[in-house]
Amino acid sequence: MTWVPTPYRVATRTVETHDSATLALRPVAESLPAFRPGQFAMLYAHGVGEVPISVSAIPGDGTLVHTVRSVGAVSRALHDAAPGTVIGVRGPFGTAWRLDDVEDLLVVAGGIGLAPLRPVLAHPSKRTVFIAGARTPQDLLYTAELSHLSGVDTVLTVDHGDHDWNGRIGFVTEPLASIPLDPDRTTALLCGPEPMMRFCARTLLGRGVPAERIQVSLERNMQCGIGLCGHCQLGPLLLCRSGPVVGYPVAEPLLLTREL
Amino acid sequence: MNVVLGLDGLDALVGVLREEGHVVIGPVLRDDAITLAELSSAADLPSGWGVETGPGHYRVREREDAAVFGHSAGPQSWKRFLHPPRRTLVSSDSTGFHAARDDTPDYAFLGVRPCDLAAIAKLRQIVASKLPFVVAAQCTEPGEVCFCTSMGCGPGAGDGYDIALTERLDADGHRFLATPGTEAGAAVLDRLPGRVATKQDVALAEQDVATAARRMGRALPEVDLRDLLAANRDSAHWEAVAQRCLTCGNCTMVCPTCFCVSVEDTTDLDGNAERAERWASCFEIDFSHLHGGAVRTSGAARYRQWMTHKLGTWHDQFGTSGCVGCGRCIAWCPAGIDITEEAAALSQTTEHGGERR
Repeated sequence: MTWVPTPYRVATRTVETHDSATLALRPVAESLPAFRPGQFAMLYAHGVGEVPISVSAIPGDGTLVHTVRSVGAVSRALHDAAPGTVIGVRGPFGTAWRLDDVEDLLVVAGGIGLAPLRPVLAHPSKRTVFIAGARTPQDLLYTAELSHLSGVDTVLTVDHGDHDWNGRIGFVTEPLASIPLDPDRTTALLCGPEPMMRFCARTLLGRGVPAERIQVSLERNMQCGIGLCGHCQLGPLLLCRSGPVVGYPVAEPLLLTREL
Repeated sequence: MNVVLGLDGLDALVGVLREEGHVVIGPVLRDDAITLAELSSAADLPSGWGVETGPGHYRVREREDAAVFGHSAGPQSWKRFLHPPRRTLVSSDSTGFHAARDDTPDYAFLGVRPCDLAAIAKLRQIVASKLPFVVAAQCTEPGEVCFCTSMGCGPGAGDGYDIALTERLDADGHRFLATPGTEAGAAVLDRLPGRVATKQDVALAEQDVATAARRMGRALPEVDLRDLLAANRDSAHWEAVAQRCLTCGNCTMVCPTCFCVSVEDTTDLDGNAERAERWASCFEIDFSHLHGGAVRTSGAARYRQWMTHKLGTWHDQFGTSGCVGCGRCIAWCPAGIDITEEAAALSQTTEHGGERR
């Protein structure tokens, strides 16, 4: 019955930015198995369609938390779902961030790519550096929460500032090139637009971080979540089950091929 | 025990399978092609009809004999029964979500060629479906676009049949050597009029299949295709194919193993919604749609995806090749693109140090 969604109800809806909202979903009756950071669910908006959305927090009480950016018909319907709306959920699907044996943790997020990394930041390593970029200050997610992350060195940067922005302007690769890091102890988790992840990985490789300790979260069209529909192929990978989190040694040659 | 059936035995086979509650599907002549449809008796089989195939070419022709399985792969495959073109998955209404009822009939497939027998096994790795009763027809006459031998999928039947038939017409008459593959197959054979096969019957059938292997019109290059395609992601050859490819997706529709589907919603005015899968093709622009646009827009990238998946990355995903050598993609390509020629071209450019874009 892998195609049949489990009904969840929107408990709360938090507006994050002008185009993004976070939904907390509670099971109507039965609940799904626990999700791990980096995994995703297929969220179904009644009569509109289904899209893959990562979990953006794991409260541990069976509530599913998803941050949805409105970019198409389905994500708009989910983004707009008022408390009380029933959403169909299938999952958990895909690979999780590999966090065993992490010493120093480096988290780099671009735009909505921060959502799948937020559950990792909730449990930082002893030394954690977090760099987030967005197009404008209005596009930065979870700003209130992120400015108070304890034990995390946080760097925020935007492509275009405004009158109220006193922070950095530029790509996430710039602070990445200069922050102090110990390449032999660092595990890097990257999520954002593909070019961003490629350039971040290149910067990290240049600083001596081994490719084996760089993980990226990749996106392709996903319709089934269980390796049956064929849409999410990236070379040999079916990203719904071999991804979204992929080690950089596997991802690099695939990302360097155009239109793969 | 091997049995020799006559045409009456073949007709009895259809009758017994129908009696046992199977919907018997087999080859029939329709619209100037050998298609697959329900059989009410062996008289529905395309007796005396053969086919003539080539790149971008398929014609039925009248044979000089009355063979019923004397035709190579047609425009349809058994995929349309095991993995229907459209299938409802789930419906939702005010009371919740409901799984669609599986109303797949209890099929018996009659006249499954060895390439298609292999395709059924590959498809069933991906698509959960009831196991049909399978009567294979060993291939004694390959078509011009066939290359099953080089894929290890024919012309003799591999595993997965309940009964395998080998047709023969000679001075001794029109007959079928029937070999049981399962207990169910043997039980069905016990109920048919026929005679016990002699060593001579078996030897002739083996000889006919061995001759067919030598008459195979085409072959894929004898290299590790998975490595070849992985090494050629950036080959300039993809652009050369794209100049001929219409990205119509015919190859994916006729392929007996292409399984990709898209999921779509339909709603009614009462607020009920239904989700259904339908066959999709990696040649559709929307196939790789992301919110920033499609990943694969060029014809070169889409052809590369299809051929690389079929011959290469299928191994990574399912531990086997996705191709069985049936040749349908060659015959039904309106531009006559031949997967065996394109693989050979890639293999040649690779031998010469690789041609890069």
